Amino acid sequence: MAGPEIKAPAFREYPTIPKLQPASMAGIKSYVASEKIQEAIGFPAKLDENWQVTHDKAIAKMGELLGKYRGLKVFMDSCVHCGACTDKCHYFIGTGDPKNMPVARQELMRSVYRRYFTLPGKLFPRLVGARDLTKDVLDEWFTYYWQCSECRRCSVFCPYGIDTAEVTMAGREILDSVGYGQKYSNEIIGKVHKIGNNLGLPGPALENTLEGLEEDVKEETGADVKYPLDVHGAEVLLVTPSADFFAEPHIESLIGYGKVFHAAGISWTLSTKASEAGNFGMFIGNYDQLRKIAMRIREAALELGVKRIVVGECGHAWRAAYAFWNTLTGIGAGANDPFSIELQKQLDPNYKQPSHICEVTWDLIRQGRLKFDKSANDHRIITFHDSCNVARASRMGDYPGGQFDIPRNIVKAVANNFVEMDVATVRERTFCCGGGGGGSTSMASISWRRFVRSAKRSFPRFCPITVSTCAWSVVCIN
Amino acid sequence: MATIDVNGKSYETDEEGYLVDLSQWNEDVGGYLAQTEGVAMTEQHWEVVNFLRDYYNEFQIAPAVRVLTKAIGKKLGPEKGNSQYLYELFPYGPAKQACKIAGLPKPTGCV
Repeated sequence: MAGPEIKAPAFREYPTIPKLQPASMAGIKSYVASEKIQEAIGFPAKLDENWQVTHDKAIAKMGELLGKYRGLKVFMDSCVHCGACTDKCHYFIGTGDPKNMPVARQELMRSVYRRYFTLPGKLFPRLVGARDLTKDVLDEWFTYYWQCSECRRCSVFCPYGIDTAEVTMAGREILDSVGYGQKYSNEIIGKVHKIGNNLGLPGPALENTLEGLEEDVKEETGADVKYPLDVHGAEVLLVTPSADFFAEPHIESLIGYGKVFHAAGISWTLSTKASEAGNFGMFIGNYDQLRKIAMRIREAALELGVKRIVVGECGHAWRAAYAFWNTLTGIGAGANDPFSIELQKQLDPNYKQPSHICEVTWDLIRQGRLKFDKSANDHRIITFHDSCNVARASRMGDYPGGQFDIPRNIVKAVANNFVEMDVATVRERTFCCGGGGGGSTSMASISWRRFVRSAKRSFPRFCPITVSTCAWSVVCIN
Repeated sequence: MATIDVNGKSYETDEEGYLVDLSQWNEDVGGYLAQTEGVAMTEQHWEVVNFLRDYYNEFQIAPAVRVLTKAIGKKLGPEKGNSQYLYELFPYGPAKQACKIAGLPKPTGCV
């Protein structure tokens, strides 16, 4: 894919704002979803041939979202263009394209918002920087709203707390509603509905892979660690990204979950139906898709009669589970409607529902139920990369910041040589690995370049083992 | 939709050059796709490609990288049963590049 020549900047103690390269990323666009992909998930197949129809549909959708999501309206109104976000975005640091400054990316929508939804914009558009929605504007939205990984690093530095990801999600939702979808995300959503996971791994393939893992672990350790699938009456249902069944080194995570449950004597199962923790419905800002994907997990939990639901390592999956499963699926305590109670009666109230695998593991370590030979890791120098959605959109444990401490505690419990990265790139300030947000695979070259360029300074120049709680981070960092 | 022409016959591919209808695949198409990837096919390459196709026919999905390396290791000896060997054959990855040559769809998801 042709694109701007991007070189990783030299390591500097204090980073400088890159030289502007206007429109350097204007020609790099995600693949557009085919009609077949769009129709498979109930979206309009393509843009209407009559522009006025598309225009009216897009503006109506924008109005609907502004009415429905109060945050979006506040974010449209409250930006003062102070620029605090500009050099916090890895896309901008990596490409120099001014439209990749979070403030400017939002402005693509804000200018249209002013034109149709504010009085000054309706009366004096040119005075207030308001513009009509044209096909060119819509194309620009598609280009730049798919050059945001919804990592929300900019939001940490915004004095008004504007959440760029919400704007990006709204932009994508409007694009989908007029038949202008992105191939990668929408194809994946279709696979989840049809087969059960992002990769499209059918039950027999899962079974075959898991059998192989049991053999491998037996060979490696001598222990009969089981990787059970669809076992009724197991205590724990583990839901993890399907990459854990398929790719290297993700599969090492899955192997690890099995070892933890085996060592602690906890009965557990994976599920064919709920073989995906990831939820791309969130990336495209579509509530119905988000819910439909999450409902598979509720259904599997009810069918299998499990007492606990544990989520494997996937950044955005944990955000969906932690922040949204409660109201989407009735997983999570507190609700007293019949829909929620049905599942609450079944799940064990002594455990957080859902729990993150790191929470489960850390609890077991504290109870002394897992023992390690730390010296076996002495040849490794290990650092921890906070995944965006875990760091900035969720929590682990029972206090604020637990999501930062618990994974580090686990690393320190199993190894002696832990090093922290640059303070400006850890915890809530973590840099995106470049993988998330649903824009990734179809734009792998960009994500790689931007990762190299923007994150290089955050990784110590000697090459440590990097541990993360996200499948995509694992791909990008490797 | 893009197309490729092999031996005077036209085959449909997606934007990234993956064959749309995998039943149309034959060794000539595989060889052509390998050429576009800059991979010079040898017997070892074909062994991997054929394994991928057999696995896909049985499971409707490409094998996990681990399943692939294990199968290659069993067939060709343990020194070849690792991802390094596969990356030497297919520098852009067994899952993506070898799948493309084998006429299988690109794996989707966080891989």
